[in-house]
Amino acid sequence: MIPPIAKMLARHLLRPHTTKDKFNPAEAALRELADSLGLAAQAKLGRSLAIRAVDAGSCNGCELEIHAVNHPVYDLERFGIKFVASPRHADVLLVTGPVSWNMAEALRRTVEATPEPRWVVAMGDCAIDGGCFAGSYAVAGGAAAIVPVDMTIPGCPPTPINIIAGLLALLEAVDG
Amino acid sequence: MMGNVTLLEFLSMGREVANHRPWPRYQLDAKGWRQLAEQMTVSNWEILAEWGEPAEVHVLLRGEDSGAIAVASHPCPDGAFFALGQVRPAAIRLERAIRDLWGLIPEGLEDQRPWLDHGHWRVSHPLGHPRQYDGGRHVYKFLTAEGDGLHQIPVGPVHAGVIEPGHFRFHCQGETVVRLEERLGYVHKGIEGLLAGKPILDAARIAGRVSGDATVAYAIAFARAVEAALGQDAPPRAHWLRALMAELERVANHLFDIGAICNDAAFAIMLSHMGALREQILAANHAIFGHRLLMDRVVPGGVSMDLDEAGRQRLAALLPRLRHGFKRAVALYEQTPSLLDRTTGTGTIQGTLAHRFAVSGFVGRASSRSVDARRMPGYPPYDDLDFTIPVLAEGDVHARVQIRIEEVRASLSLIEQILTGLPGGAFLTALPMRAGEGVALVESFRGEVAFWVRLSETGKVVRAHPHDPSWFQWPLLEAAIEGNIVADFPLCNKSFNCSYSGHDL
Repeated sequence: MIPPIAKMLARHLLRPHTTKDKFNPAEAALRELADSLGLAAQAKLGRSLAIRAVDAGSCNGCELEIHAVNHPVYDLERFGIKFVASPRHADVLLVTGPVSWNMAEALRRTVEATPEPRWVVAMGDCAIDGGCFAGSYAVAGGAAAIVPVDMTIPGCPPTPINIIAGLLALLEAVDG
Repeated sequence: MMGNVTLLEFLSMGREVANHRPWPRYQLDAKGWRQLAEQMTVSNWEILAEWGEPAEVHVLLRGEDSGAIAVASHPCPDGAFFALGQVRPAAIRLERAIRDLWGLIPEGLEDQRPWLDHGHWRVSHPLGHPRQYDGGRHVYKFLTAEGDGLHQIPVGPVHAGVIEPGHFRFHCQGETVVRLEERLGYVHKGIEGLLAGKPILDAARIAGRVSGDATVAYAIAFARAVEAALGQDAPPRAHWLRALMAELERVANHLFDIGAICNDAAFAIMLSHMGALREQILAANHAIFGHRLLMDRVVPGGVSMDLDEAGRQRLAALLPRLRHGFKRAVALYEQTPSLLDRTTGTGTIQGTLAHRFAVSGFVGRASSRSVDARRMPGYPPYDDLDFTIPVLAEGDVHARVQIRIEEVRASLSLIEQILTGLPGGAFLTALPMRAGEGVALVESFRGEVAFWVRLSETGKVVRAHPHDPSWFQWPLLEAAIEGNIVADFPLCNKSFNCSYSGHDL
């Protein structure tokens, strides 16, 4: 009997796959970056970005869409963008959720642990301004309330296409 | 203590509170509350949720055999109550949280450490009688383990993967975990504080973001609690459309989690395969309902948008593709011995422990608990639909995967039945403005979500409390990992996939 894994691998190798192909960097994000990056834009990262995701208080909706961009359908890695396990390996911190006061210190330390040059991207409406959780005794606000933010990706949660467009804009900008 | 007494018989010695629907609420004095705790030592009544108010504590109870549900309330003006955690360990963390948020002291509770309050809010007891708090460091004392060659591994709150934050403290001897202690509360957003005083529709938006992966289930629970409080049912078509969305959510989450469990056993192809399958559901959601996760599509009074014929056909066409892809994945799982070797016998939860914690969802059903809110207490349209509730006794990672596999099959069948039998008519009804209290129990993909609300005559939420099934699943994860190796923790953790946000509130 041919084991199922052999069949599945063969199918993936031989047939056209399901990946979506057309993506353009987000215009709004590019403009936003042009302002914030300045000289740092000259950094040469070789069209490769390492991202560390930090959930600073999210409802987990944004994380689901981050997972989606890593799936074969959107396949973020083909653009040279890769999620890494430690802030010490990262160029970009992708912050989701309103920053809860209980996570503020952890977020601050995660940013400090990321070597320069680094960029902080606030992903999702909550990370931008606290979203529907703004004003709570337990919430500091958006990511910018605790750490400097270079770029935002709006949405509740942002769709995978928006996430990729935002990250591609970052890639274009840092490529100089 | 009384012998054979049902939950409702027992509670009827208290004062019944008017306008609490669909299940009654009784107020008990200090003596009655204590008798309740004593009675619970001989009865098998289960705690479904426990929460506070500035001078009152509430517990949602289920009489296990009869399935009767009721709320017992205990006004405690002196700021203390007899802790039910002494007779039901599942309530310990709930009562620690009640103390943090409302300042009510759970008397007799051995563990008096704070739970959600990490000392960063600048205010103590934010939902009770708030007092400015100058900061100062909370030192959290972790439980210890003693013996030769023990070492600690602290993990989190920022984890290596793309997951929510929480802290795990492992005590290990070599590779073997001797004790795991969780510390949660990092994503506490003060949701109950935000819900209070909000107009119903604004509150519904927040309710749908208590735990983003179960947004449909939370939105249904909130909507049903509001509708119960107002005594106004949603139209039949709305019930069916809600169930359709709930089952789509269940399938999408189960698919992804089965893939992620296998990925944590270093079997990455399953995650890719399941990710592609799941994407088909989310893309259909987006095309038909305008939101990939279906947020804000269930609202009090019904649903915010209808399903048209094109949408119905698209979903009907999607089902065979999902079934086909899923069948392949199951074959791959069941015929890969190296994978089964990792999941079988790993992270076992005994049925007795599962019953003691009244754990719901696939964690409970993999450990011989046949509970499912869709069947008991039940809510429409599930009484008109045909589905089985899988139950296994093994309680290991493999059993939890198997339960989820069966639930995917059952949900796909439910979606098919809903698409065929969907009744016509309105999908949204106007809600009257009146005061009342309501409670609802809804089966999310994770287990039973409870929502309690009190509404004012002006159409606002006075107070609300959401309860996530994870409250009772998190403690069992500590038990599941004991005696396993550290490398199997991701596997065990993912097989539970508890919510941090839903728990931390």
